[in-house]
Amino acid sequence: MITLTDTQTIDIPVQSGDEDRYHLKLGPQHPATHGVLRVDLDLDGETILTCDPKVGYLHRGFEKLAEHRTYAQNIVLTDRLDYIAAMSNNVGYCEAVERLLAIEVPERAKMLRVMVCEMSRISSHLLWLATHALDIGAMTVFLYCFREREVLLELFAELCGARLTTTYTRLGGVRQDVTRSIMKKLDKFVEDFPACIEEYETLIDTNRIWLKRTIGVGQVSAEKALDLCLTGASLRGSGVDYDIRKHMPYSGYEKFEFDVPTGETGDTYARYRCRMEELRQSNFILRQCIEMMPPGPILGKDAPDLIMPIKPANKLEVDVPAKNALITLIEDRDVFMEGDIYVATEVPKGELGFYFISDGMGRPYRMHIRSPSFIHIGALSTMGQGVMIADLIAIIGTLDVVLGECDR
Amino acid sequence: MEQLGIAEQLREKFTGSILGIITHRGQVTILVDRKDLFRICQVLKTDHKMTHLNCLCGVDNLKRKGAHLERFEVVYQFYSIDNRTSLRVKAQIPESDPVVDSITSLWTGANWLERETYDLLGIVFNNHPKLERILTAEDWEGYPLRKEYALRGDKEWKGLEELREKAVRLRKYDFYGAQIEQE
Amino acid sequence: MGKMNNNLVQIADGIKFIPGASAIVAPLNKLINWGRAGSIWPATFGLACCAIEMMVAGSSTNDLDRFGIIFRASPRQADCLILAGTITKKMAPVVRRVFDQMPEPRYVLAMGSCACTGGVFDTYAVVQGADEFLPVDVYIPGCPPRPEALLEGLIKLQEKIMQEQGRWSNLV
Repeated sequence: MITLTDTQTIDIPVQSGDEDRYHLKLGPQHPATHGVLRVDLDLDGETILTCDPKVGYLHRGFEKLAEHRTYAQNIVLTDRLDYIAAMSNNVGYCEAVERLLAIEVPERAKMLRVMVCEMSRISSHLLWLATHALDIGAMTVFLYCFREREVLLELFAELCGARLTTTYTRLGGVRQDVTRSIMKKLDKFVEDFPACIEEYETLIDTNRIWLKRTIGVGQVSAEKALDLCLTGASLRGSGVDYDIRKHMPYSGYEKFEFDVPTGETGDTYARYRCRMEELRQSNFILRQCIEMMPPGPILGKDAPDLIMPIKPANKLEVDVPAKNALITLIEDRDVFMEGDIYVATEVPKGELGFYFISDGMGRPYRMHIRSPSFIHIGALSTMGQGVMIADLIAIIGTLDVVLGECDR
Repeated sequence: MEQLGIAEQLREKFTGSILGIITHRGQVTILVDRKDLFRICQVLKTDHKMTHLNCLCGVDNLKRKGAHLERFEVVYQFYSIDNRTSLRVKAQIPESDPVVDSITSLWTGANWLERETYDLLGIVFNNHPKLERILTAEDWEGYPLRKEYALRGDKEWKGLEELREKAVRLRKYDFYGAQIEQE
Repeated sequence: MGKMNNNLVQIADGIKFIPGASAIVAPLNKLINWGRAGSIWPATFGLACCAIEMMVAGSSTNDLDRFGIIFRASPRQADCLILAGTITKKMAPVVRRVFDQMPEPRYVLAMGSCACTGGVFDTYAVVQGADEFLPVDVYIPGCPPRPEALLEGLIKLQEKIMQEQGRWSNLV
């Protein structure tokens, strides 16, 4: 027989005088927490008194691991950050390292990066819509969204061989050029996609349950959103016009014409509208990409060599780790300067920032990832106070979190 | 350059607390003494409209050398959405007393970032509402991002060892496990 | 009897159907295994990246329902645990608890490099393979495996179930 010590018990602490309070641990295994998030709730009936999100169940020691690998090797790791939109992470990482090491990227590579970024934005928003709607109770949207998402994932697979973990960018460019077949398929997707967005909207826009469960739920004012350090659509839904693509353009975003949709009310519905509009804008950017794609090389001339350590780094006092580095230096250029840099990019979830400290070697001395999901889940304890449990599920959905990025 | 202007203004305002101003790849960093950190952040938020806190992280300077560098530093990255300027502030923290003031009263969002810094580097934040481990388990030992901490960990977390024991103990209730035990 | 045997229709390995009589003739072992293999209900338990591919496998394009595979939110109703993603040390006790909550017969699928071996994350925080604390039945390599690979793994699991002997009583 299994003794009592072998089975796990759930302890429910009851404080004296607080018998009406109910303590509930939501997660880490719960279908509505989008992975391995755990939320500790103190309840009075169904009303949440205190909400305490617990993270770290997917903490893999990313930042420590990055310190032990070269800049080029770390691109692989960035896929596993926000695995729903791996391309955006690749681009964000490479933009930061290129700024740190002053590597030039050719025009075509920049445009390709914008293209894959927007493709991954669409696929990420589709997954968000699918799961968010599923949590709230609309099953059909899930099936429709995955239909279009599959097209994009197969395009990624055709482009770089992987559906999710792409590792598409390289320091100084991208890995593969697009083929005519990819452009043709993408062109067809861009042509068809606006009709698909309308299709999703007909499913839920006039749905009374959807409206009741989103309007006025999880309302945040603009000041509060800034105070909570929200970014991305979660911030724009509150009316703050902050999009890094416009504020600090990277990878040639300044050449594109697009709007940054903002909401007014700052509730779940406003954020939903913002993201739906972003889908249209991303599609519009994709259309411009197809039309404006310049010819030329896809890898810069001064891109670091990734294949073999041919010779130890030049113009550097060679230390043991630098010898093993997979990056060889180009002569007459002191690439690996000491210094630090913070570069932010707009990923589907919000602001993804990479903070690097270089000590002059082929691997980062310190890499910090400013992940939007981590900060958004941090905001959950404020946003979840005083609402019903069902609304908490809607708020988790609307913040659009992914735990891989949160816990790193 | 706008960022340098702000840095100069701060230098005039907080004489002695600004240890240095560094420009690298177009980004301006000011090194500050930790005792004035909170006031400097407050001035940046109110006077210079740096309402957005981009990033907050800790750094272990064990293997770096430089002027004014202490064992630890905490890095703050601010951005002004109205003025479109950014500024980085670094507070130096000695190893003997790894304490710095919390800025959670200025940005609620800094709460978790500071907890993370405490968790991974062991830097303590004064006046923090709930300074607990966040990413690693509650009974974790050591601070993983410190340079002396090995990549694979110095010793096994006891939670995992208990789990392995439990797995062996429970094996006899498993279909195939029971067969192996009988043999 | 001999005449009847000629009319039997084999619908699965060792399971025969008598046309017109709506009856099935089979050894009990095979019959139970056949039922089990056709209704693997996995617990909805996404850990990391692979969970997204698991969702794709369950969605319209690949449609796991046609194999009788329906995701259940509660481990009490599930007989299969798909470990889709990196298992960290902090998460490992929770994974084990979910497994302990599942009733026999129960099966474990390790999906992806991380669940099999720890993958790229050879760090202080990651368990180097789920088999350290769980009896894993099928390993699916890939980072992440394609949905088709998950299907292949589930079919492998079905084959494994079909070959089981006496997993239905303590008396056997």
